Amino acid sequence: MRKFILTAAAAVGLSLAATTGANAAGAIEVPDESWTWEGLFGYYDKAQLQRGFQIYNEICSSCHGLSLVAYRNLQEIGFSEDQVKNIAAQREVEDGPDDTGEMFMRPALPADRFVSPFPNEEAARFANGGALPPDLSLMAKARPAGADYIYHLMLGYKDEAPEGFELGATQYYNEYFPGHAIGMPPQLYEGMVEYADGTEATAEQMAHDITGFLQWAAEPELEERKSLGIKVMLFLIVLTAMLYALKRRIWSDVEH
Amino acid sequence: MSELNTNNRALKWFEARLPVVSFLDHSLGTKYPAPKNLSYMWNFGSLAGIVLVIMIISGLFLAMNYTAHTDYAFNSVERIMRDVNYGWLLRYIHMNGASFFFIVVYIHIFRGLYYGSYKPPREVLWWMGLVILLLMMATAFMGYVLPWGQMSFWGATVITNLFSAFPIVGDDIVTLLWGGFSVDNPTLNRFFALHFVLPFAIVGVVILHIWALHEAKSNNPLGIDMKGPNDAIPFHPYYTVKDLFGLGVFLIFFAYFVFWAPNYMGHPDNYIPADPLVTPAHIVPEWYFLPFYAILRAVPDKLGGVLLMFASILVLAALPWLDTSKVRSAVFRPIYKWFFWLFFADCILLGYIGAMPAEEPYVLIGQFATAYYFLHLIVLLPLIGWFEKPKPLPESISAAVSKKSKGGHGPVPANAPAQEKA
Repeated sequence: MRKFILTAAAAVGLSLAATTGANAAGAIEVPDESWTWEGLFGYYDKAQLQRGFQIYNEICSSCHGLSLVAYRNLQEIGFSEDQVKNIAAQREVEDGPDDTGEMFMRPALPADRFVSPFPNEEAARFANGGALPPDLSLMAKARPAGADYIYHLMLGYKDEAPEGFELGATQYYNEYFPGHAIGMPPQLYEGMVEYADGTEATAEQMAHDITGFLQWAAEPELEERKSLGIKVMLFLIVLTAMLYALKRRIWSDVEH
Repeated sequence: MSELNTNNRALKWFEARLPVVSFLDHSLGTKYPAPKNLSYMWNFGSLAGIVLVIMIISGLFLAMNYTAHTDYAFNSVERIMRDVNYGWLLRYIHMNGASFFFIVVYIHIFRGLYYGSYKPPREVLWWMGLVILLLMMATAFMGYVLPWGQMSFWGATVITNLFSAFPIVGDDIVTLLWGGFSVDNPTLNRFFALHFVLPFAIVGVVILHIWALHEAKSNNPLGIDMKGPNDAIPFHPYYTVKDLFGLGVFLIFFAYFVFWAPNYMGHPDNYIPADPLVTPAHIVPEWYFLPFYAILRAVPDKLGGVLLMFASILVLAALPWLDTSKVRSAVFRPIYKWFFWLFFADCILLGYIGAMPAEEPYVLIGQFATAYYFLHLIVLLPLIGWFEKPKPLPESISAAVSKKSKGGHGPVPANAPAQEKA
């Protein structure tokens, strides 16, 4: 058994050595926050996600798309079917062609994906001083520090750039943005939304909530994944223990 | 070969017409003799075979839901993640399965290096393994392109451009790989087709690999041949159950990554859709290519780097002749043992350098590590074989095993990884 543990440890060591190397390329250090979805039993706090949706819907969605998420998915974070229908109906999508061959606009349905604010990249850049507001569907997975990065980016604005740092006319200084010159103005001001559940809308609270919502948007399967993982793991541990007992028994008549 | 011990008349009838059961019994069953002293390091061969099957099955179901078109590929993968039933599970198994395939195969290769498994009469067996490695690398590279994220696109651009370094035919090769004049839709289409078919080529070479193995039989930690029935035990049930236990432990590690850290070994940039106009700050291949990437970048000349990178694998084919020692196992090779670990450390260092940006001091360290890689294989191995005085070999596997289990200190050193007292 000792030999076996050594073998397993070597295997793990090899894989870790290999992967830490891959992730080591230098970047801005982002402080580690703690979130409900981390750890073995990670889960989403639905109230937090709903508040986060409110922030996205009222603020972010005027520039940022969320094109991989459908309105129907909002039921997964606790909105009722009727609420989802209402949320979708506030946006319009192009449909058609109708019987006369014309395209037409209709209110969005729960089956539609989130409607993007701009029809194309050119329109988005034109409206934003040349900068392109990225789609947020995968933001929590597409940046090295993920959710921690989003949280600190939202709060990382400085009123003035450090001396000698050149900012463009439509740029702002952000501590956590790669290169620090970001096209997005500071967004979260105390009390700028009125939370439906009465939570006090501090900047930290809002950053916290939008981070949760975007984390869910990027990994909607997370809760199912982790809970299935626990079951699979328990099964594997019991199975492997039984296989080990069987192995010992079968090998007991061999000198080895 | 039909000599199956059975009283089942239906089975006898079938066996007389297609002796598949006795064939399996001879190749993986009670009629296949294996050395009785194999350590857990001998688990990784069958484990690699199982991972290959996991990859083919998960990949098949992914292919049913994937769209190989530059406009749809990225979103079709996200659709698998979000809308296909257990699509996220399929994709994370496949994604992490690739990494674990390489972990298992690299351990398998280093085990072969330590115990001299490439030496006569196993040279062709070793070659088949190298062919599998090359096919795996090609398959993994093309698979990584399919999600059509930023790293997919730029990885494909960098790697395919390497072929342009070859004189005269270089540019034509690249055009052929691309199916056009840049990495674009035809590239994605052919990579998908090749990514689908190459694993079956791997299965074919795996069969040759096992065929060659069955001619020579397994090497073992002592590196000496089986000399009689006392040295051998039937593969089934002894090694089937041991391999199953090893599989269980492997699956525990694998499941941890699939369920709790599915993106740990990936690169966040690949969740950004491919954009030919935006180059990522650092283009880094998947971790299992990093040592070779470091060798590629160690040479300032493009063609030189490409040749050296290919040479780093091809030189392994000459290993049976470069290693001049008659003794297989490093257990009895006091000097080689140390150089083995030095070589292992050098490969890890190359992997680390491959992940670092191409600037000092990494470039210089990478050049030294690359030089040492080839120095070890081409210069040190022949010299060590000539000058080293190996320890005396035990007369037989069974003799060594009994001595060990009686607590004797014979020719087998106390740390011989020959056996664990289970």
